[in-house]
Amino acid sequence: MIRSFLFHIGRYIMLMRQVFKRPEKQSIYIRQIMVEVENLGLDSVGIVAFISTFMGAVVCIQMAFNIDTPFIPLYTIGFVTRQSVVLEFSPTIISLILAGKVGSRVASELGTMRVTEQIDAIEIIGINPATYLIFPKIIAAVLINPILIIMSMVMAVTGGWLAGIFTGLVASSEYVYGIKAFFETYDIFYALVKTVVFAFLIVSISGYHGFYTKGGALEVGESSTKGVVHSSIAIIVFNLILTQLLLS
Amino acid sequence: MIEAKNIFKSFGDHLVLNDVSCRFEEGKCNLIIGQSGSGKTVLMKCLVGLFEIDKGKVEYDGRAFSKMSFDEMKVIRQEIGMTFQGGALFDSMTVEENIMFPLSMFTDQTLEEKLERANFCLSRVNLPNANKLFPAELSGGMKKRVAIARAIAMNPKYLFCDEPNSGLDPHTANVIDNLISEITQEYNITTVINTHDMNSVIEIGDKIAFVHKGQLWWEGNKDTVLRSDNPELNEFVFATELTRKLK
Repeated sequence: MIRSFLFHIGRYIMLMRQVFKRPEKQSIYIRQIMVEVENLGLDSVGIVAFISTFMGAVVCIQMAFNIDTPFIPLYTIGFVTRQSVVLEFSPTIISLILAGKVGSRVASELGTMRVTEQIDAIEIIGINPATYLIFPKIIAAVLINPILIIMSMVMAVTGGWLAGIFTGLVASSEYVYGIKAFFETYDIFYALVKTVVFAFLIVSISGYHGFYTKGGALEVGESSTKGVVHSSIAIIVFNLILTQLLLS
Repeated sequence: MIEAKNIFKSFGDHLVLNDVSCRFEEGKCNLIIGQSGSGKTVLMKCLVGLFEIDKGKVEYDGRAFSKMSFDEMKVIRQEIGMTFQGGALFDSMTVEENIMFPLSMFTDQTLEEKLERANFCLSRVNLPNANKLFPAELSGGMKKRVAIARAIAMNPKYLFCDEPNSGLDPHTANVIDNLISEITQEYNITTVINTHDMNSVIEIGDKIAFVHKGQLWWEGNKDTVLRSDNPELNEFVFATELTRKLK
């Protein structure tokens, strides 16, 4: 098992070295990045907005029910909702959701291309397939995911505000005061650093599994599953490491 | 000319190619024939560098291809066209975009020039009105022809075809064979075709290499293949009742 783990780590590093080699023709890669921004990012806007709004609402309601002493001011609901969303929910949980959506897409796309010999065809033409296929996806995810996560933060905080008002648990002015209270810009920086690292992990790990798929349709499915599971595990591990490094 | 010298290739403990040496000549259709699992596809993939060989060497007109780095290989690969068994057309691109893809990557041609070349290649394979179709909308024979069009887009010096007529009806298979043969002679290409189709062998086999159990078992051409006294080759060539009657 350790041997297999080391084999995959080694091969992953070697693949990444191939991915970040100088592209053959930069104009083609810029176009590819734009295509991937649409495929990996813009197509995820709906699901991210939906989940964020409802999660923000749930966090707000849970906080309101947990504050049952008059010594804690009600604006704490807004403050805690914001902190939960900015520090953990948006960068980590949304990244895990994107690992499922984007990771499976990347792994199955590359896996299908491998088993139908399209990757061999790219190589025969004289193009480095790792760079051509994976590099634009990584760059696109690293560029678009922070925007998705900022949008998620806004939607979640708004969801909390709507839930607070409609349930009558907190007044709008109290919630808004809580949102603004003790705000640290470093929290946003911390969240965005995590997002960028997670975006890289999702696409590179899923891409690795797809790129080295062997066999047929069944194996493409396996690669897709492995891509999602392994990138999710990596996100959880790196979440701990980055939190320790950036917040300690 | 492409030359394979003492090639060995194994996967784990399984030796697939055992000391294979062969020459593939310019302006000719060089056929690699053999039963399924004999090592034909592995040999072809070793020739184009998709598989790294364990021992031996592959030379393209004296250039030691198998010893080159990936970046050095890229130069020779721009002189290679290859068609794959299933076509290997890029699903997300139209027929026209598939053909223009190598041109976009390696030339500074304008869109009009690339379109002109794509149209020429498509008319050469008798598919003049397929430009805007996607691979999913094509029949098996059309996919093979588009794959040939893409392979010749860059005016290759070497053309590799892996099972170009597998899964096709006899008429379409014959059309594909003749097309490859015509293109080979027209552009003086070194063409290597992997097949187990006896019609192809008799129709276009300018040079034939019979691979058996990972070894080069016999070499000849379409005239000598039917008269050989090699028992393994005869077993392959005269496997059907029809060919036995013909003999």
